[in-house]
Amino acid sequence: MTSAVGTAAQGLVRLPVWRARFVLAALLVAFAALTLRALYLQALKTDFLQEKGDARYSRLLEVPATRGRILDRNGEALAVSTPVKSIWAIPSDVEFHAAQRRKLLELLGMQGAELDKRLAGPARDFAYLKRQVPPDTAEAIAQLGVRGIYESREYRRYYPAGEVTAHLIGFTGVDDAGQEGIELAHQDSLGGRAGSRRVLKDRLGRVVEDVESIRAAQDGKDLTLSIDSKIQSLAYSALKSAVLQNRAKAGALVALDVRSGEVLALANVPSFNPNNRARLSGAQLRNRVITDLFEPGSTLKPFTIALALESGKVGPQTMIATAPGRMTLANYTIRDVHPAAALTITQVLQKSSNVGAAKLALAMPREAMWDLFHRLGFGAAPELGFPGAAAGRLRPYRSWRPVEQATMAYGHGISLSLIQLARAYTIFATDGELVPLTLVKTGAAATGERLISAQTARAVRAMLETAVQPGGTGPRARVMGWRVAGKTGTAHKQENGGYAADKYLASFVGFAPVSAPRVVIAVMLDEPTAGRHYGGSVAAPVFAQVAQGALRALGVPHDAPLEPLPMPTDTEETREST
Amino acid sequence: MAKLNLLLLAVLVACALGLVTSQHKGRKVFSDLEREHERARELDIEYGRLQLEASTWGLHSRVERIAAGSLGLRAPDPRRVRLIARDTAR
Repeated sequence: MTSAVGTAAQGLVRLPVWRARFVLAALLVAFAALTLRALYLQALKTDFLQEKGDARYSRLLEVPATRGRILDRNGEALAVSTPVKSIWAIPSDVEFHAAQRRKLLELLGMQGAELDKRLAGPARDFAYLKRQVPPDTAEAIAQLGVRGIYESREYRRYYPAGEVTAHLIGFTGVDDAGQEGIELAHQDSLGGRAGSRRVLKDRLGRVVEDVESIRAAQDGKDLTLSIDSKIQSLAYSALKSAVLQNRAKAGALVALDVRSGEVLALANVPSFNPNNRARLSGAQLRNRVITDLFEPGSTLKPFTIALALESGKVGPQTMIATAPGRMTLANYTIRDVHPAAALTITQVLQKSSNVGAAKLALAMPREAMWDLFHRLGFGAAPELGFPGAAAGRLRPYRSWRPVEQATMAYGHGISLSLIQLARAYTIFATDGELVPLTLVKTGAAATGERLISAQTARAVRAMLETAVQPGGTGPRARVMGWRVAGKTGTAHKQENGGYAADKYLASFVGFAPVSAPRVVIAVMLDEPTAGRHYGGSVAAPVFAQVAQGALRALGVPHDAPLEPLPMPTDTEETREST
Repeated sequence: MAKLNLLLLAVLVACALGLVTSQHKGRKVFSDLEREHERARELDIEYGRLQLEASTWGLHSRVERIAAGSLGLRAPDPRRVRLIARDTAR
């Protein structure tokens, strides 16, 4: 203590050393505490802190994907998805005054009671007020600024061609997934896949950095169909007016490109508007071309004749005794509308003689007939990639009795879809090749499977041309400027296991131009009731109308003189019984 | 030695500032890119909408109705139409 006193005496205070040590130690301890804390935060709690930091500026973004468009072969849109808004509310938050409410009801197109019901629904925190609202309406609703009402973006599918392509394209549900037709068949490639990614956002909400892509969004792929919307539209309107005029229950039509096997048009009546599907009936939804089956009737005769010609035992001019115009097999009588003593094979087709066709069929082994039908694709669903394509019914030949073989020769006791029938006719339109069909544009020539010799195909083609000349059953199928060929069919409808006496299916299948066939067109009318019911008087004119338009649209050169065709008024010849 | 240290310090500070600026620029450019992406998307939607509109206005039945109805057009007599073969087959 003396030294302290001594220094004090000098005017300086000498502090004890322990104080300096103490301060140093305190500082060291503080540093150590800081270091430990830093270590603790950096090493041990880093995940938690990182998370907290991310939560402040990192965001998970949904990346929406659009559904692919469906286009026709020339690039015209047939189905397009476009964003719309859905209006929803948090019912417990909704607050509006009378004027706002009135305006809202007006914009939503809703009654007051309905709105109240929606807001009073079971969910207190979410209720849709209206889904799929056009963007400008949604904008107007947002402008109202009602508390508790929000909107979110959704996609809606529009079909500009409406009822014209309804059966082919099908439609999607409210969640934008395919439910029918092409929309369903090509769901995998059309449907996009929404993705998500993590980003950094700045204070103003702008995305400034991509952190990671969690799932890449994939837009749906556009699909180009083989359909030509010009021909399709023509086909639909021709079919529709024929159905109205003949007071038929329904109608169906399909047009094929012979070279590529592409389906150019596929129409059904009655149709529906895919943009507004309230109140749809089952009959409207039925696709009679692909998914419905019918007994084809006389349109099957050319195949029986082709088979007979293939056997080499008969030629187009071989005479067949058809007197007295009927034939009885096991209690079943086959009749001709135009009884004749004898007909050449060409005339059997031209006059649509059932007895002649039955006799030809009975002269052939049933196995050969079954084999041809089977190879034509009857009894097997066509590979179209279309949901619900019907297979048809072709019974195994072992169970055929002679009467069944005879009636099958003219298309009874066998059922198939219209598209199967149209496709089968490609063997006459080409030189004996069955062309594979497609609903998607290929633009390339298709190679078919040869079923009959070129010689036979040409012979039947020539016979089919006589069937549309005066004296045949289908002169109304002719078109000015092009040679056409085809066969009529007038089948009794099946009902309760038998054939209805006064209900018919009138059909016509043909192709044009005969010199170098380009299109095959098949037309079918269900129960025409306006007096006429023969394929030659009801279905053939539709064929002519569509063939003319299609040939013109495709730019097919004329192969017949351009002279007006004298159209027969319903002649005796048009009549036929199958 | 002290001089070198000072120099290194200056370089370090310059680098740090450079990093900050480049990051800032990067973010700015990225946000522009984002905006353009968004615009591309909007344009695509607009294109779809216009395509839809074009198809609706150009419906064959509508064209035909207007042509035949208000314009009084009709298809020419086929005898007066000449088809010309094209070199490139479609």
